[in-house]
Amino acid sequence: MAIYVNENTRVIVQGITGNQGAFHTGQMLEYGTRVVAGVTPGKKGREIEGVPVYNTVFSAVREHPAEASILFTPAPYAKDAALEALEAGIKTLVLVPEHIPLIDAMEIMAFARYRGAVVIGPNTFGVVSSGKCKAGIMPNRFFVPGPVGVVSRSGTLCYEIVAQLMEKGMGTSTVVGMGGDRVVGLNFIEVLKEFEEDPQTGAVVLVGEIGGSAEEEAAAFIKENVTKPVVAYIAGKSAPSGKRMGHAGAIIERGRGSFASKEEALRECGAQVADLPPRIPGLVEQALGQS
Amino acid sequence: MKLYEYMGKELFDGYRVPLPGGRVVQEAHEAARAAEELGGVVLKAQVLTGKRGKAGAISFADNPSQAEEEASRLLQMEVGGEKVERLLVEEKLPLERELYLAITVEAEARQPVVLASLYGGMDIEEVPEEHIVKYPVEVLTGYSPYIAREICDRLGLEGKVVRSFAAVLESIYRLFREKDAELVEINPLALSGEEFLALDSKVVIDDDALYRQKEIPRVEEKTSLEKKAQEMGLAYVDLGGDVAVMANGAGITMATLDLVQHFGGTPANFLDFGGGAGEEKTSGALELLLGTDPRVILINIFGGITRCDVVARAFVSVKEKQGISIPFFFRLVGTNEAEGRRVLHDAGVEVFQSMEEAVQRAVEASKNNAGGGF
Repeated sequence: MAIYVNENTRVIVQGITGNQGAFHTGQMLEYGTRVVAGVTPGKKGREIEGVPVYNTVFSAVREHPAEASILFTPAPYAKDAALEALEAGIKTLVLVPEHIPLIDAMEIMAFARYRGAVVIGPNTFGVVSSGKCKAGIMPNRFFVPGPVGVVSRSGTLCYEIVAQLMEKGMGTSTVVGMGGDRVVGLNFIEVLKEFEEDPQTGAVVLVGEIGGSAEEEAAAFIKENVTKPVVAYIAGKSAPSGKRMGHAGAIIERGRGSFASKEEALRECGAQVADLPPRIPGLVEQALGQS
Repeated sequence: MKLYEYMGKELFDGYRVPLPGGRVVQEAHEAARAAEELGGVVLKAQVLTGKRGKAGAISFADNPSQAEEEASRLLQMEVGGEKVERLLVEEKLPLERELYLAITVEAEARQPVVLASLYGGMDIEEVPEEHIVKYPVEVLTGYSPYIAREICDRLGLEGKVVRSFAAVLESIYRLFREKDAELVEINPLALSGEEFLALDSKVVIDDDALYRQKEIPRVEEKTSLEKKAQEMGLAYVDLGGDVAVMANGAGITMATLDLVQHFGGTPANFLDFGGGAGEEKTSGALELLLGTDPRVILINIFGGITRCDVVARAFVSVKEKQGISIPFFFRLVGTNEAEGRRVLHDAGVEVFQSMEEAVQRAVEASKNNAGGGF
């Protein structure tokens, strides 16, 4: 089992002929992902890494039915491409680009809700069900199968944590990158709900950061609904108020989104909170031993 | 991008939001002339920082000579480190009540939300939750008049003012959508007779949508270094401490700063040069950091899509080109790590495997090196 994507998931790549799209198509194929088609308007008939390219999502999925799409289209065109994918019946949509305008992101999310689809991102590294399917840009070698579910707002920090887990012999079930933007398609609660029901997942690592209130809301949800152990880490303890730390969402504004309130909420709900990233594997090991 | 009050009001005017009569002035004598035309006036310093009232940056005048006097005082002020260059001089009106009205983005709901309160004029943060009406707007269908009727009903507003309120809300919703705003705030929204007037404006435009908002004037709030970093595609924030930090990714950069603080140091900056950066961008980031004249440099690389050998080569080329005389601490693991280590080793650079150790050593060095004691 796995969540969002699995060994049966067929993936199309939007923006497949660009540098990023082409490179990561190769990487995804190498990982074992079933990449069935690519889309770039005006590039019909080409092949990237042996994957056929179509002009539209409709024509691509007509020839090669697919459940998921990963989108590399530049931000100004991302909304159009995302709506096209949703209209054509894609149920899991990964939005890699950064700097998609807020209003565009909100419209994509509203249309996805209407269509009953899941959006991962924008500004995300994607999703991987280890050993089964990778719809994302994360480096292949750290994602080996195991019992730990990971959900993160940031990319490199997540790879670092997953690599540390792997070093200690702990693999991952599914790793989900929610994305660093303010408006993203998934929140911690939705992902936690999936992990709670996923038989492969024995423990969950939640990698949050300052800004917003997603971690506080997650804590309230964990208290009532999550029986599996949760280990959390929140980046940005040292960040001053009012300064945006790279991610659009990572800002302490109007007294909201501070490290202290997130940490307190998570501790109170029974989650283990690691004060430093290197402490995470130990806490997860302990949690898995007890569960 | 935050807009000055007068710029926000220029947008309001284009959407027919009723405003008091006003003039933007840069010289004190222009304020006198404005007062001649408008009568009793309020003079407001045009700065981006909030709480102008408390800072004494808002003033009143009953006649032109008083207006000139007040204007020349305000034009010499600095508010929160920001020099006052313009004033908005507006007619002073008899007001019956002051409301609060805003549209912003509610990230958790992934929708725009209208915020309204009868307790206008004060900082909305200080208004108790129960006195604020929050109404999320379905972004696919947008504004419809029932939304204004519902909000007025919840606020307890009745009669002819409902129509005026609805007109203002419809206008600012259109502005919010068409101008890619992330915040449109009117505080206070004042009732004068049966008409609502926007006495203040706070408009923030989504930075990511500026490319399609070409007619909106640009307001620069970043320091020159932050601006330079932005042009290079780097995220840089000045933090004023001793240990200069660069890492590849926003989350890991934040985590590195947290570790610096954990070991008793103070970070000089946040510098994220992104995942998968090439040699040019990496050396650009390093040169930018060296330009800040730091005491100690800490580089934390976890190579996922970033290649360690590329980062190592960029570092060595900068080191050879301009020399690096301050202590630096280099943690390098991940993709092409062996090759990266070899490049650094050949250049006589020590490499750390553990993030904790690199940070700890950098913090110690920043303390020994503090005050430049030699």
